Amino acid sequence: MKRDGRWLGLYVLAYLIFLYLPVLLIPLFSFNDSIQAAFPLQGFTLQWYATLYGNPALSGALVNSLVIGAIAASGATLCGITVSYMDLYGRSPLAATISAIARLPILIPGVIVGISLLILVNLVGLGPSRVAIVLGHILVALPTTVVVMRSRFAAIPRTVREAALDLGASDWMTFRRVMLPLSLPAVLSAFMLAFLISFDEFIVVFFLAGTEPTLPLYIWSQLRFPRSLPTVMALGTVILAVSFIIAGTAEILRHRGLGAVRRNPA
Amino acid sequence: MSTLVAAHVPETRASSGFRFAMLLPGALVTFLLILFALGLVLFLAFRGNDGSLLGAGFSLANFITVVSDPLYWTVTLRSLIIAALVTLATVVTAYPVAYYLAFHAGRRRGLLLFLVTLPFWTSYLLRVFAWKIVLAYNGVLNSALIESGIWSEPTLAFLNTPAAVVVTLAHAYAPFAILPIYVALDTIPKSLIEAASDLGARPFTSFRRVVLPNSMPGVLAAALVVFVPTVGDYVTPAMVGGPASTMIGSLIQSQFGKANDWPFGAALSVCVMLVILLVVLVARGADRRFGSRT
Repeated sequence: MKRDGRWLGLYVLAYLIFLYLPVLLIPLFSFNDSIQAAFPLQGFTLQWYATLYGNPALSGALVNSLVIGAIAASGATLCGITVSYMDLYGRSPLAATISAIARLPILIPGVIVGISLLILVNLVGLGPSRVAIVLGHILVALPTTVVVMRSRFAAIPRTVREAALDLGASDWMTFRRVMLPLSLPAVLSAFMLAFLISFDEFIVVFFLAGTEPTLPLYIWSQLRFPRSLPTVMALGTVILAVSFIIAGTAEILRHRGLGAVRRNPA
Repeated sequence: MSTLVAAHVPETRASSGFRFAMLLPGALVTFLLILFALGLVLFLAFRGNDGSLLGAGFSLANFITVVSDPLYWTVTLRSLIIAALVTLATVVTAYPVAYYLAFHAGRRRGLLLFLVTLPFWTSYLLRVFAWKIVLAYNGVLNSALIESGIWSEPTLAFLNTPAAVVVTLAHAYAPFAILPIYVALDTIPKSLIEAASDLGARPFTSFRRVVLPNSMPGVLAAALVVFVPTVGDYVTPAMVGGPASTMIGSLIQSQFGKANDWPFGAALSVCVMLVILLVVLVARGADRRFGSRT
């Protein structure tokens, strides 16, 4: 058993290298003084990062991505909270059905989510637009927010909620003053993960963007030009760094306070 | 007693308003954005293309074209083979990692779980782009092989092949597979494995007869969450696949873009959803055979 563990440990290490190596090539070559991403390395430079400044198309796309990400994450988190809470405590078939459908987008390829929303937004007269992207990203992030919130609500002992109700708190007050504060770290975590999903999303946004692209669409448009590859790598490095930080914080928040809730439910 | 009863009356009254407010956001999103939007796709699939948004007339013409034109059989078959290979590769390579996490990781478990899920939260486009610079003619792999003296000439054989699509997709969706398998392995009661070894089963026998069957629900869930996004992907074929690896997702995308035949694109989408439904049903059946504990 012990020896198995050592071999498996080596395998896991190799697996992690395979997982990270291609992605880490982007930061490596973003500091390389050459248009080509090839060995041998040509020397250290920051010039590709300098090209990121004062690029109106890029900063426009960045602002778009930030605004869309914040609004879509708010929407997805609100839906994640309400859907999972009602699924656990609503005791109605409607709530259970909504919760089941909310997790359905996992079983739909992104291209079909994209075209179905494209038809919908054209039908209601919105057309491809930032509002359309927000709707699309709420949908894409929904399974994640539902799963994160559901597991958090489920981790709070049932007696906590029952005690609040027995002491005369209304459903609304129990939710607002007891259940929501107890799951606040998970709410923040769900919001951050939903923001990341929206910020990095490409497959669905491709169909829903009007004249104002998001950051991934800007990158896609630049990939056609070999000369702009180093700039894309510099931009990609910044995006990867931000993603790692946000995902790390969300992960810490998701586990934070869980032990306290279980040990000392007050 | 009477005060208790009285206290419950306003609560139930407030309840209906509370229920309505709490159900509304989810109901709007699920019924309008998911069910109604998918309904529109189904509706459009039976219409003819006259350039208008919802098409004209009702017919099976789109589906007849899909079934009778060998091009669509080829592309569908290719998508299925690529998605099946990617699913097999990700699940088989992820299983030992999940096994290590469940039984050997000890104190490092939290950190390792975080490390294997972290790439999931980074940009899919950037992960695919990374493979493009690895596999390109004057890219990382070619230059590294020449630099180390293994090859003297760069080769075109890496980029723009179906193999490039399989490797890139398997890498991009690798983090999806570990978590469901890990959860299934982690919930196997340890006493079950101990009982097997107490009864004289060798480690491999107890793995084959106890651990593996009990983890099948997780394996099937992992296979599904990898298979679904890969079978409909259009980004990776476009970036690293070249013309020989066009997938069904690429065809759907072009119907809503260059080709501009929305009803036909909707029909293709319906066919993809039917294929996925079939795969889900097969997975469900297999899950039941293995005696799902969920």
